[in-house]
Amino acid sequence: MSAMDYEILLQQILNGLVLGSVYALVALGYTMVYGVLGLINFAHGEVVMIGALSALSAARLLQILLPGLPGPVVLLLSTLAAIPVCMALGYAIERVAYRPLRYAPRLAPLITAIGVSILLQNIAMVVWGRSYHSFPAYVSTEPFYIYGATMTPVQVVIIVVSVAMMAGLMFLVHRTKLGRAMRATAENQSVAGLMGVNINAIISITFVIGSTLAAVAGVMVAANYSIAHYYMGFVLGLKAFTAAVLGGIGNLGGAMAGGLLLGLIESLGAGYIGDLTGGFLGSNYQDVFAFFVLIVVLVFRPSGLMGERVAERA
Amino acid sequence: MNRSRVVLSTLAALAALGLSGCGKDEPPPPPPKAAPPPPPELAIKIGHVAPLTGNIAHLGKDNENGARLAVEEINAKGVMIEGKKLRIELVGEDDQADPKTGTVVAQKLVDAKVSGVVGHLNSGTTIPASKLYADAGIPQISPSATNPTYTLQGFKTTFRVMANDVQQGKAVGDFAVKKLGAKSIAIIDDRTAYGQGLADEVEKAAKAGGAKIVAREFTKNDATDFKAILTKIKGKKPDAVFYGGMDAQAGPMAKQIKQLGISTKFLSGDGACTPELIKLAGDAAEGVYCSQAGLPVDRLTDKGFNERFKKRFNAEIQIYAPYSYDAVAVLVDAMKRANSVDPAKYLAEVPKTSYAGVTGQIAFDDKGDIKDGVITMYDVKDGKLNVIEVQGGAPAAPAAEPGKAAEAPKAEAPKAEAADAAKK
Repeated sequence: MSAMDYEILLQQILNGLVLGSVYALVALGYTMVYGVLGLINFAHGEVVMIGALSALSAARLLQILLPGLPGPVVLLLSTLAAIPVCMALGYAIERVAYRPLRYAPRLAPLITAIGVSILLQNIAMVVWGRSYHSFPAYVSTEPFYIYGATMTPVQVVIIVVSVAMMAGLMFLVHRTKLGRAMRATAENQSVAGLMGVNINAIISITFVIGSTLAAVAGVMVAANYSIAHYYMGFVLGLKAFTAAVLGGIGNLGGAMAGGLLLGLIESLGAGYIGDLTGGFLGSNYQDVFAFFVLIVVLVFRPSGLMGERVAERA
Repeated sequence: MNRSRVVLSTLAALAALGLSGCGKDEPPPPPPKAAPPPPPELAIKIGHVAPLTGNIAHLGKDNENGARLAVEEINAKGVMIEGKKLRIELVGEDDQADPKTGTVVAQKLVDAKVSGVVGHLNSGTTIPASKLYADAGIPQISPSATNPTYTLQGFKTTFRVMANDVQQGKAVGDFAVKKLGAKSIAIIDDRTAYGQGLADEVEKAAKAGGAKIVAREFTKNDATDFKAILTKIKGKKPDAVFYGGMDAQAGPMAKQIKQLGISTKFLSGDGACTPELIKLAGDAAEGVYCSQAGLPVDRLTDKGFNERFKKRFNAEIQIYAPYSYDAVAVLVDAMKRANSVDPAKYLAEVPKTSYAGVTGQIAFDDKGDIKDGVITMYDVKDGKLNVIEVQGGAPAAPAAEPGKAAEAPKAEAPKAEAADAAKK
């Protein structure tokens, strides 16, 4: 391989890591909810979208009220504004759509989740309109070079923030009392309740934490592609869910590993699939690559790469 | 007590009735002047289909607005057909840019017995739907579907009021090779009927001009991340990159080309040649080239159209609104000449159309394509679409209205400017 080929490979890997960090953040939301409730929250992708669009609205408002603020500060403040919106949304979804169905047959909350997803997309379409919104470059999108590959400051911020948030979440779940309560609820809901854990509160908190991660992920996606629109959460949510399953649903480490892995597979797959199949499959089949890997992994290791962790249902 | 209440209320009611009758004792008011009875109305439906949701909803709405403006103006003007005043109801439908939904919606319109259809927007939905309209004998004029196959199916009901991709692909391919001097070209398309068709035509024209196609990559029409395929293309070092697809993706693509540090010229077709592209790509839009299958907005033969559109809809024209406007007008013009709104009767008049629309003179060839279609090449300078050259077009605009006589000498001036611009 020539130097140019190494550069291209490095570039694809860097692209994949950025993509994967976002998938990991969103996958954590899916995996946490599945861990405590056994429910796939299909509306999670839409929470990501609402986070991005709320941040955009907040940023526009900030630009009117305080025009002189530097870009990164605007981005930080608008993210901080989007987080409570998503927290409230996550809490509301759980209370209104899922709690009444907690002991219903598994199909009911699943269909409700899809319904909530469609509802949120249409609300967003009504509030923010149908067209794509341009998300301004508050952090620079000018490329700089690393060993011949390019990265932008936005991408560096994405990776750093993702790692920080994942580390924060792991600390919360494994080193705090709240985290212990969450793990207990995930392991066995009724016994945890008998041990004095307030199950309803813990489940709500799980949704709220997941939505916080979703809000940040939404802002990062919007900042990376400079676009936000009402439909951006759907495919992202689907892929993040795939990443969560790939890594082992219910398993936090699995969600992170699955997300990063999926990002890398997509990036390298799209880049090399044409060469690998001799031009038979083009780069528009990059999703096929990712789902093919998912199927292979699940066939040989059904509980995902790192094993699934689901609540025992008595 | 109850009975007295009943008696009391009955008396009150009778009194009220009696009092109301009092007014009749006045002398009757003079009869109103005999106004001429309004002409009987002929209510028809014209269907319009475009994606009103999804990532190109802004283009779909633009098309629908153009058609709506035409319908409102025609209704206000009062066109007489079969001795009755025409009243058009625009049945606007959403096909979500999805061929499956497009056929469902087409069947819906056929069942609603529309007299004509303006649509659809995407070639990918127009072509399957055209079979349904052809079977029902309903004339269909598309304001924006450029794929050649649409009029090559042998249906009598398919028409379009802008140039098609054979012309457009050739114009863009030639431009890239001859004017931009590109020797190696990378081509990406979104695998829709439109994107793929246009990309194939550009490839043909570029190869014929002697350029080498160094990469042929694909994406989907709802993707926003192109870094993987662009990184691959970066390795091939192309002089130019052509994207066949819509502005919702050409914008992010232009941005990512810049982010990856690829120094190349970026070209795209009419699906991307909109103000939305510039909004989405930001400053990465500078120096992007694109083509439109029609006249520039500021060279429309009806200078007031832009103002009327802005006033009515409080929005800029994206790209094809003037064409859907003309499509409605052409349908009504054919109805007038046949003096009938029945598709079976007025369909025969549509091929004989010679109508001066806001987009220029409209006449169809034997397949339903417009005669003397125009292709305009643009580049983006200072955040605006800037005309480089206008190819094709009718030799001289006939003076159908007094204002038009001034257009004929003007047609020469832009060509001279374009020649100067091309020389740069």
